[in-house]
Amino acid sequence: MIDVRLLDQSFNPGQLAGLFSQAHPGLGGVCTFVGEVRGEGGVEALELSHYAPLTLPGMKALAQRAAVRFDLMGILIVHRTGVMLPGEPIVCVSAAASHRRAAIDATDFVMDHLKSDSWFWKREKKGAGWTWIEPRGDDYAAKERW
Amino acid sequence: MALLVFLGRLADVAGAGQRAVEPGPLAEVLTTLPPALAIALLDERVRIALNGELVSEPEAIMLEPGDELAFLPPVSGG
Repeated sequence: MIDVRLLDQSFNPGQLAGLFSQAHPGLGGVCTFVGEVRGEGGVEALELSHYAPLTLPGMKALAQRAAVRFDLMGILIVHRTGVMLPGEPIVCVSAAASHRRAAIDATDFVMDHLKSDSWFWKREKKGAGWTWIEPRGDDYAAKERW
Repeated sequence: MALLVFLGRLADVAGAGQRAVEPGPLAEVLTTLPPALAIALLDERVRIALNGELVSEPEAIMLEPGDELAFLPPVSGG
């Protein structure tokens, strides 16, 4: 099952990952990653914007690539947009496969591509104002591993 | 009219997320924009999508009425 969602409201990653796992009886391994808004460095809020004609179609294409490449039984990608506070989940990726390594690698692969290859723009609020976050060199380097 | 859409920091430069413009060749449309915005849009790292499809040769773009042209600066997701 390929399940890709773009949400503008807070979500419960554990609940989604639990349902996803239950939907794949007979799986050998499921690997789930949850990214949250960091509370360090005085960040008060994070805002993610997207471009509807590209963002969700791009996430679906990424899910398809991961499913084929790692021979997955299923893949779940959930990504937030809008304003989030520290501690709120931003992203949840869960991959189900017959074997452990495929599930772990697929989750890692999807996260590296979401970071540097998907149509999201991030800015953070500290004190007086908002600052756009530029992609980091190691985000690109992480993607090059694949 | 055609619609220009500005994503990420480009929306700050433009002062809005979108702007309606007269249709025509992109090069001409750009001359009607504030210079600082036109320069930001021409940054080589900015990708362009016409009606939801990425464009590889933006020089050739001719905006028709109803077209939507999006300017996409480097992404930062996850």
